[in-house]
Amino acid sequence: MINRTTIIALCLGLTGYAHSSEDVEHLHKDIEQVKKQYIEVKQQLDAAMSAMEKSNNPSSSHSKTHIGGYGELHYNNLDNKNPGGSDTKEIDFHRFVLMFSHEFSDTIRFVSELELEHALVEDTSDGSGPGELELEQAYIEFDLSETASGKAGVFLVPVGILNETHEPPTFYGVERNNVEKNIIPSTWWEAGAAYSTRFDSGISLDVAAHSGLNTSSTSNYAVRSGRQKSAKAAADDLAYTARIKWSGVPGLELAATLQHQSDITQSTDATAGSANLIEAHAVWQKGPFNLRALYATWDLDGSGPASVGADEQTGWYVEPSFRINEQWGVFARYNEWDNRAGDATDSEYSQVDVGLNYWPHADVVLKIDYQDQDAPTGSSEYDGINIGVGYQF
Amino acid sequence: MRKYLFFILLMVTTIIQARGVYQHPDAFLDDVFSGEVPKPKFVWFTGETGKQATSILKHKPASLRTRYWSKGKRSVWILEEIGKEKFITTGIVINDNKIEKVKVLIFRESRGWEIKRNEFTQQFSNATLTSEGNLSKRIDGISGATLSVKAVTRLSHLALYLHSIVVKSDGN
Repeated sequence: MINRTTIIALCLGLTGYAHSSEDVEHLHKDIEQVKKQYIEVKQQLDAAMSAMEKSNNPSSSHSKTHIGGYGELHYNNLDNKNPGGSDTKEIDFHRFVLMFSHEFSDTIRFVSELELEHALVEDTSDGSGPGELELEQAYIEFDLSETASGKAGVFLVPVGILNETHEPPTFYGVERNNVEKNIIPSTWWEAGAAYSTRFDSGISLDVAAHSGLNTSSTSNYAVRSGRQKSAKAAADDLAYTARIKWSGVPGLELAATLQHQSDITQSTDATAGSANLIEAHAVWQKGPFNLRALYATWDLDGSGPASVGADEQTGWYVEPSFRINEQWGVFARYNEWDNRAGDATDSEYSQVDVGLNYWPHADVVLKIDYQDQDAPTGSSEYDGINIGVGYQF
Repeated sequence: MRKYLFFILLMVTTIIQARGVYQHPDAFLDDVFSGEVPKPKFVWFTGETGKQATSILKHKPASLRTRYWSKGKRSVWILEEIGKEKFITTGIVINDNKIEKVKVLIFRESRGWEIKRNEFTQQFSNATLTSEGNLSKRIDGISGATLSVKAVTRLSHLALYLHSIVVKSDGN
């Protein structure tokens, strides 16, 4: 590109040869011509750049199909304090997830999440393979207005802190906490339809009608065992979920979910019936400090669940953490959960976790934590160290 | 059955509009300059400017140059950055080397819509560059939208840096 310096240099060079008024006149003409050319070239460059920027605008040229994913490798070194119980010493690529989404238009899109759990799906005669291939999300979402959307398909149930946002760099601890795992039960997805709307006050509302749980007496009516994972799921009795969330102040989220299950055994157990879940949580981040707290409780109808104390299944945890800087963060968590809290039998678990996260990049995390568990008499009680590496993209 | 009909009716009857276009960039410029928008100028991401921009964004800028509009001690930047999957278009006003205003103009992500709220963007007001070239304020995040928050924070940081460059070259 010709710039002012070039013109001046040219002038100085030409000046050396200017010995007469005729030469000076020629010199002026040359300078005018160079100036004209400079302006023309600049205009052409601007026009070319504008055209290129128009056709290559980053946001408009962004592909309509997006591939994302996350994954996590875990090493568990846990001693079983229950006499005679077996320890857990294993390395497991716990989750390998691919997420595909596609924008059909500005207002209609497809979202999916395909997860390989435990690295291997083996075709065994008794189904005893170590892993699972799971379709955790596959839905079409419609924007109904600037503040409302609807979706239909397989989606994550709007409940808890981790159920919808569980990429490894977004939470502390190698393993997901046991309260959301055993009580909510995360990760939890169902098939159905949902409607979401949000208000300028920072309140958002989600309602959904979807397939229900299908638990049984053989698992003592534990809610986690009732997940049908949208695989030829019995749909005799549907479930309905409503969540209200407020995030009106930066750093603060308060949310509550109510869910009604028409029949938690899909009408296969006359001694069981409907069930209700109440969940509430708070997330508060102020500067480097972060606090997460969650409470969830199930109320199961029927003499069947009541007979084993599973008519109440309850848990809570509180997790303070401190972000030392962009790379390092430390946390502690106290958890309590009980899937048979409805009677006086000793069935409550508690666990203390302390640990460290290291983010070499915002989307990559290395984790280490120590867990100290207290289990009911006669149950496995795991204490020890967990180490993990996780990523998202 | 009535429940399902209610859902379907709700979906069909709601007017379909574009998602997340909170304010068109032209309208934002009109607002900032009270209708007298100056001609845009350009900053090229070459040499040291490119290096610094790459360091702030943690990746190379998506384009070779960016436009800005300036009058007096104010400059306005319309910048884009990916949150988790999609670009977030943000308008940033710098006045006398301080952030006067940050506004999320177009939000395309499925999570983290809260970043468009004034309660979030007001956190950037009066932020400056520290002597080490960092953003002077720590921004409180939004649960479940960490990447979107970081994207807007990086853009605000970049706008402050670019303003400091153009102040020198424009002689403001």
